[in-house]
Amino acid sequence: MAKFKGTVVVNTDCCKGCELCIEACPLKILGMSHHCNSKGYHYVELKDEDACIGCASCGYVCPDACLTIYKVKL
Amino acid sequence: MTAKEIIKPENLVYTKTKVMTDVPMHYCPGCSHGVIHKLIAEAIEEMGIQEKTIGVAPVGCSVFAYNYLDVDFQEAAHGRAPAVATAIKRLQPDKCVFTYQGDGDLAAIGTAETIHTCNRGENIVIFFINNAIYGMTGGQMAPTTLEGMKTSTCPYGRNTDIYGFPLKISDLLAELDGTCYVTRQSVHKVGNIVKAKKAIKKALQNSMDGKGTSVVEFVSSCNSGWKMSPHKANLWMEENMFAKYPLGDLKDTEKKHYGQ
Amino acid sequence: MKVMEEIKLMKGNEAIAHAAIRCGCDGYFGYPITPQSEVMETLMQEKPWETTGMVVLQAESEVAAINMVYGGAGCGKKVLTSSSSPGVSLKQEGISYIACAELPCLIVNVMRGGPGLGTIQPSQADYFQAVKGGGHGDYKLIVLAPSSVQEMADFTVLALDLAFKYNTPSMLLADGIVGQMMEKVVLPPFVPRRTEEEIRQQCPWATTGKVNRKSNVITSLALQAEEMEETNLRLQRKYAQIVENEVRFEEVQCDDADYILVAFGSCARVGEKVVELARNEGIKLGLLRPITLWPFPTKEIQRLAKQVKGFMSLELSAGQMVEDVRLAVNGTVPVEFYGRQGGVVPLAEETLAALKEKLVK
Repeated sequence: MAKFKGTVVVNTDCCKGCELCIEACPLKILGMSHHCNSKGYHYVELKDEDACIGCASCGYVCPDACLTIYKVKL
Repeated sequence: MTAKEIIKPENLVYTKTKVMTDVPMHYCPGCSHGVIHKLIAEAIEEMGIQEKTIGVAPVGCSVFAYNYLDVDFQEAAHGRAPAVATAIKRLQPDKCVFTYQGDGDLAAIGTAETIHTCNRGENIVIFFINNAIYGMTGGQMAPTTLEGMKTSTCPYGRNTDIYGFPLKISDLLAELDGTCYVTRQSVHKVGNIVKAKKAIKKALQNSMDGKGTSVVEFVSSCNSGWKMSPHKANLWMEENMFAKYPLGDLKDTEKKHYGQ
Repeated sequence: MKVMEEIKLMKGNEAIAHAAIRCGCDGYFGYPITPQSEVMETLMQEKPWETTGMVVLQAESEVAAINMVYGGAGCGKKVLTSSSSPGVSLKQEGISYIACAELPCLIVNVMRGGPGLGTIQPSQADYFQAVKGGGHGDYKLIVLAPSSVQEMADFTVLALDLAFKYNTPSMLLADGIVGQMMEKVVLPPFVPRRTEEEIRQQCPWATTGKVNRKSNVITSLALQAEEMEETNLRLQRKYAQIVENEVRFEEVQCDDADYILVAFGSCARVGEKVVELARNEGIKLGLLRPITLWPFPTKEIQRLAKQVKGFMSLELSAGQMVEDVRLAVNGTVPVEFYGRQGGVVPLAEETLAALKEKLVK
């Protein structure tokens, strides 16, 4: 059982769909949305909200600074 | 617990620093420049030096660095950033001055300015982004292009008999008496990113403390130029770039002062 | 009480260095080249960093030096560089950037004979390079042509004042004679360097650190064509103002003249003797000495063209300024040229002979 619970807020407008965060996520719970943003990029989204531990790995590797991460201690 | 309950200011663990502007970056998806910009901005915010930091942008993909980093900036001619930074720091010694340069800018057209700025021990920071290619002009051979690596101006691979050898310029700069800190970092994994930020902060502090020239090389990927996905480019970088450009500190000291 | 003026004897190059320190310059960046090395040598000898706080740095090349000037000027500082012809060619890239970024600074060119490595003897063959832009793109420099050691000092101060008035680079276009010869000179009074607060007020665009304002960016880059055209139009409006306000020249016996000799810098000194010799022979010759080579005294030449029979341009070149004289005269009277090249300086006698042969027939 995870000791932390977190979540990721994606600034979908500036995501370019590079998928680096998907690779960086230790739990592999990020994935590409079927939708596109105004620039035509598929953007990333949190696929399994319950599993996120708020480790912020995705945020660190995001080149476009479009991820904001929150976490609480359980 | 729902996401809505978690998303509160007190639970914030990571967000974009205020030293970055809201202008969307023009870089290709997955480009290392974005991460490095972010780390420099975070370091400036955490050190509280936004008001006294002046950056010098190069010619190359990061020519528009000044649109993203919210500090005073000067845009230099190709390769001339260290000369521009020299004057800024000499004339405003209380400021924190850095250049941000790619491999073509720093190690080809600007080699003379780079070497002499480092040799004078100017109290500035040189952030050197080495992705072994000219990104902005469309993927031509750089001085740091690896042996056998294909680019648009060496389409059959870099033949060292014809084009010479990959230039390990940071090793050369570490030999100079004016440099105090020369390090090679990468930003492809969380662990490396954390280390890289520490190096950036140390280098900026050196500029403030007048210890000499600090050079932080970032071994980076150019997935568009290399014609790979961002993730594959990172794997290729680990396998090939790190062999030629191994990560770690090359030098950590303080320049000798006259008469010492 | 009137303070006694202190008269000194020195070289033109030395006068530039002293004037720069005295007018509150913040920095000098240069690279040695004959015949102007005394500028940096004098500065190093004077050690202004211990008195006014002025920075003096020997760069690794002319290219580095002009880019240091770009960096310093971008901070709102009063900075200059000096060089001679081949070195000034190397600086052209940086000068173009400085002009486009609209930064004030001073570039001194103590001309020597070219092309190529040429000679270390005096020349005026960089006229085109100086007044037509020099580097890439549509830009102009304010170009002042001193003809005495006194003017080397005075124009150093004036050129920097004009640079700051219009936020544009200015150039002192001297030659090896004016740089090397010794004359008496009254140096300008000491003016303290501006404080950081004064610079922030005078140059709100400068990279002085983002304190209570948006971040400042010094750049010459615009990817959008319309944006770049706007930059060009702004530059051209500024240049039109400079043409309107800043033309400077000197006339010697032009009032009753039938013929006008046009000469600048050291050639104007020869020209004064030519006027004397011509008048002795009954030829009514006058001398027009452009002090600003850009903006050029076009209107004055047009005015004189209505009352004289012809012009002759005297230059240390194959004939460069003569083209601007011809453009001004626009075919109304003959415009001839006489000059020597490669470092040879014409004598007054041979110049008068040329005048008689070409113009006074």
